[in-house]
Amino acid sequence: MLEQIGNMGRYLGQSLRLMVGLPDYQTYVAHMESTHPDRAPMTYEEFFRERQEARYGGGQGKCC
Amino acid sequence: MNRIGQHLLWLAVAVLGAFAFATVALSRGEAVSALWIVVAALCIYLIAYRYYSRFIADKVMQLDPKRMTPAWRHNDGLDYVPTNKAVLFGHHFAAIAGAGPLVGPVLAAQMGYMPGMLWILAGVVFAGAVQDFMILFISTRRDGRSLGDLVKSEMGTVPGLIALFGCFMIMIIILAVLALIVVKALAGSPWGTFTVAVTIPIAVFMGIYTRYIRPGRIGEVSVIGFVLLMLAIIGGQYVHESAVLAPLFTYDGKALTWMLIIYGFIAAVLPVWLLLAPRDYLSTFLKIGTIIALAIGILIVAPELKMPAFTQFAQGNGPVWSGNLFPFLFITIACGAVSGFHALISSGTTPKLLENESHARFIGYGAMLAESFVAIMALVAASVIEPGVYFAMNSPAAVIGTTPEAVAHTVSTWGFVITPDVLIQTAKDVGENTIISRAGGAPTLAVGIAHILHQVVGGQAMMAFWYHFAILFEALFILTAVDAGTRAGRFMLQDLLGSFVPSLKRTESLPANLIATALTVAAWGYFLYQGVVDPLGGINTLWPLFGISNQMLAAVALVLGTCVLVKMKRGQYAWVTLLPTCWLLICTLTAGWQKLFDADPKVSFLTHASKFSAAIAEGKVLAPAKTMEQMHRIVFNDYLDAGLCALFMFVVLSIVFYGFKTAMSARSAARRTDRETPFEPMPAQASAASH
Repeated sequence: MLEQIGNMGRYLGQSLRLMVGLPDYQTYVAHMESTHPDRAPMTYEEFFRERQEARYGGGQGKCC
Repeated sequence: MNRIGQHLLWLAVAVLGAFAFATVALSRGEAVSALWIVVAALCIYLIAYRYYSRFIADKVMQLDPKRMTPAWRHNDGLDYVPTNKAVLFGHHFAAIAGAGPLVGPVLAAQMGYMPGMLWILAGVVFAGAVQDFMILFISTRRDGRSLGDLVKSEMGTVPGLIALFGCFMIMIIILAVLALIVVKALAGSPWGTFTVAVTIPIAVFMGIYTRYIRPGRIGEVSVIGFVLLMLAIIGGQYVHESAVLAPLFTYDGKALTWMLIIYGFIAAVLPVWLLLAPRDYLSTFLKIGTIIALAIGILIVAPELKMPAFTQFAQGNGPVWSGNLFPFLFITIACGAVSGFHALISSGTTPKLLENESHARFIGYGAMLAESFVAIMALVAASVIEPGVYFAMNSPAAVIGTTPEAVAHTVSTWGFVITPDVLIQTAKDVGENTIISRAGGAPTLAVGIAHILHQVVGGQAMMAFWYHFAILFEALFILTAVDAGTRAGRFMLQDLLGSFVPSLKRTESLPANLIATALTVAAWGYFLYQGVVDPLGGINTLWPLFGISNQMLAAVALVLGTCVLVKMKRGQYAWVTLLPTCWLLICTLTAGWQKLFDADPKVSFLTHASKFSAAIAEGKVLAPAKTMEQMHRIVFNDYLDAGLCALFMFVVLSIVFYGFKTAMSARSAARRTDRETPFEPMPAQASAASH
C-alpha cells in the first residue's frame, strides 16, 4: 500500500517535470551506466541546462 | 458470461449518457444543472474510448505491442526515453491543452450551449482524437519524425514544402490572435495589467534562481513563484484601488499592443533560461491546476445553466461573431473538437517517449478526449453566467454602445433582460472598471470561473480574486506561447530565408537572429494591431482566420493519415480518416468561400472592401473610420485578410490534390508502399519494464 502511494508520488513528480521538458535524471544516469560505461554522465546541473536548451532552443512549436 | 457482463456495464454507461443528454437537450424553460452536460460528455468519452478507439487500434492500425518503438531504438536518456504511460499522458496533455479549447467554446456560446456541445463531442470522437492518435501512430512507426517530414516522405517534396509554409502562416495568425486575447483582457484594467506585468520580474527571479542559486530545482522554484503570483494578484487589488498607482497601469488597447510587440521581441532574443523557461513552469503548472480546480468546482457547485440551449443567434447574425451556424460554428470551435496543431505535438516529442506502441491509444486518443473535456468546461463556464452579461461582454461597442444604460437596453431588446445596475455591479464584483465589450473570450471565461470557484472558496469577497486569478492564468500561458511561438517562427523563417541568403541561416549569428525575430514579431504584430483598432473588436476578423487555418492543418494531417492507410493496403478502413477529412474540407472551404465572396459585408472581406472602396470613390467616410486614410487602411486590410484566406484554401486544396494522387498510385501498386521503419522486436529488458 505504502509502496503504491510512493510509486504514484514518484510518477506524479516525473510527469510534472516532463510537462516542462525535463525527463527523469535517474533514468538517464541508469541508461548511461548500462550502455556507455566508458563515458561520464552529465551532472544534474548540466543535464538540466542541456534539456532546457533542447526544449526551447530548437524552435519546437507550442499548441494553441 | 464475463464478456456479456462487461458489455452490460457499458450499456448502463450508454443509458446514463443518453439520459443526461436528454435532460440538457429537452429542457424547456426549467433550470438545468451543468452537471448533466458533464455527465453526458463523460459517458460519450468512455464509450468512444472503449469501442471506437479500440476498433482503430486493433483493426485499423493493428498496433503491435511487440514492435520496438523509437524510444527503445534510439534510447539516449534525453530525447528518446521509454516513458511510463501515465507520465507520458500528462506530458502530452500539457502540450496540447492551451488557450484554444478555452476560448472557442466561449465564443460559440452565443448560439446557446447546445450547438457547441454537440460539435465538441462529435468532433472529438470522430475527428480530433482520431487525428491525434493517427499522427502519433504514423510518427512512432517512422522514428518520431515531424509532420512536415512525414508529408514529404509519404506524399512528396512539393506538398511537404507547402505544408511547412502553411505551418508558418498559421503560427503568425495564432500568435496574433493569442496576443489579441491578452490585449482585450487587460485594456483599461489596472489590476490585470499590474499582475501580468509583475510576472516578468517574478519569472526572471525564478530563472536566476534555477540557474545560479539552486540549479535545476524546478519544484522548489515553482512553489516560490506560485506564492509570488498570488501576492501579485493581491497587490493588483491595491493598485486598482489606489488613485496614484491605478493610472500607471491603465492602458488602452493600442498602448498594450506596442508593449506586447516590444516584449515579444525582447523575450524571444533573451536566453531561454532567464524568462521563457521559468514562466513556462509557472504557466504549465497553473494551467493543470486550474483545469483540475475548475472540474472539482463544477462538481461541487453544480451550477445552473443560465444560457438557453439555443439562442436566436443560432440562425446566424449573432453579435459576437458573424456568419451562420454552418460553417462558422465548426470554425469557431477548433481546439476541443479537432485541432490541426496537435499533429505537430503528436509528431514531436511524444512519439520519441512512447514506451510501447499499444500506449498510443491511451495517449493519442485519450489525451484529446481530456482536452475536449476542458472545452466542455469552458462552455459550461460561459453558460452559467447571466446571458445578458455574456452578450454585454462579448458584443462589439459598435453594436451595443458604450454606456451601461445603452448596453443594457440593446441586450434586453434581444430577449436577455438585464439592468444597467447588474452590469455595473458585476464589474465591481470582479474588480474591473467596466465589463462592456471585453471580447476575446478570456474575460468571459474568467467571470464564469470566478462565478463557480467563489462558491467553493472565499464567497463573494473572493470573486474579484478568482476573476484575476483566471485572467492571470490565461495571460501567463498565452505569453509563454507568444515567445515560444516567436522563437519557433524565427527558426522557420531563418530556414526559409536561408535558402536565398545563406548567412541568415546561421541560428547562432546575432544579426541573423535579430532580423528574423524582428520580421516574425512584425508579422504577428501587424495582425494584432489591425485587430485591436478594428471597431468590430478584432476577434470577428482574426478568430475565423485562426479557425480556418487550424482546421486546414487538421485536414492536411488527416489526408496524410488516409494516404498512409491506403499505402498500407488497409483501404477498407480509410473511411476512419476520410470521413472527418471530408467534413473538415466542407467546413473550411465553405467558410473560406464565404469569407471571400459572401454578399454580407459583415462576413466577407471582399464585399466589405468593395463597400468601403465605393464610399471612397464618392468621397464619403463610413462609420468605424474617421478619416480618409483610415478608410484606405480598412480596404487594404480587407484585401490582406482575403489574400491570407485564399492562401489557406490553396494550401489545403493542393494537399488534397497530392493526397489524391498518392492514394491513386498506392492503390494501383501490388504491395504496400508506405515508408515504415522495418519491424524490429522489442528488446528483452522492455518486457520486464512494461506490464
